[in-house]
Amino acid sequence: MTASTIKLQTTARDHHLARMAALALGLSVLEAAIPSPLPGVKPGLANIITLIVLARYGWRSAAWVSLLRVMAGSLLLGNFLAPGFFLSLGGALCSLLALGLCRHLPARWFGPVTHSVCAAFAHIAGQLLVVWLWLIPHAGIAYLIPVFAAAALLFGTVNGLIAAHFLAEPHPRLAEAT
Amino acid sequence: MLLAQIKIGDWLTLLGGALTTGWLASTLWLGGTADKAIIRSGGSVFREVSLARDQVIEVPGPLGISRIAIHDRQARVASDPSPRQYCVRQGWLKQAGEIAICLPNQVSLELGGGSKPYDSLNY
Repeated sequence: MTASTIKLQTTARDHHLARMAALALGLSVLEAAIPSPLPGVKPGLANIITLIVLARYGWRSAAWVSLLRVMAGSLLLGNFLAPGFFLSLGGALCSLLALGLCRHLPARWFGPVTHSVCAAFAHIAGQLLVVWLWLIPHAGIAYLIPVFAAAALLFGTVNGLIAAHFLAEPHPRLAEAT
Repeated sequence: MLLAQIKIGDWLTLLGGALTTGWLASTLWLGGTADKAIIRSGGSVFREVSLARDQVIEVPGPLGISRIAIHDRQARVASDPSPRQYCVRQGWLKQAGEIAICLPNQVSLELGGGSKPYDSLNY
């Protein structure tokens, strides 16, 4: 009997997406170490990668990177299929939906900052929807919405600026990585 | 230099985001002054009282009597037999939607109101 190996046919694009997802994964693991005053309020640094991928390679690639990051991130952090995983997934899906709509805005006037802020608001909306429909069906969580909205505005702007900064560089340092 | 990355539309988006956040805060946090206190015991409503009249209400629970004080359009749990006294230490509740829960004694005090069923024109 001969040993058989299963080899998946991968393309250069697959490798490329995997590299960028790994980069995003690194950022989200790094971020998990930052203490947060309120569960759910965190910078979302991995979204910088999603924004860059969206601008350079389109929505489908961004969706792959974002969802791979959510999957692999939950495996690494040990909350796969736990509530935290569904919160991330709900947020990521809503963000991707928002990004899909935002990228059709005229690029002359709207840049990564707009994409980032819209995605951040969609992210908290998705998360709060999961929380409200599934985890805490109580009107009391409405009290926290302004806090989440303010965090989304702040971190959305910062992430958008960082993404815009990398995208604007003529010889981007990220180019080797992405 | 970093600000140069923000395009005109981005500024509009930021303005929209700030306005949305401000609007959310004003509607969800400043939900109007409270006009009634809802007191629950063992999961069902024990009494609903107006905040207009100062009074002390005694609510029986499994551990004993919780005293709820209403004074100057505010309400608080004045005393409670629960061991950790969380609801007592919460102090005065002022705005609609605020709630103090004495879990061991199964008593809660919630302020309601905000959206009034009448306005000054057709009241």
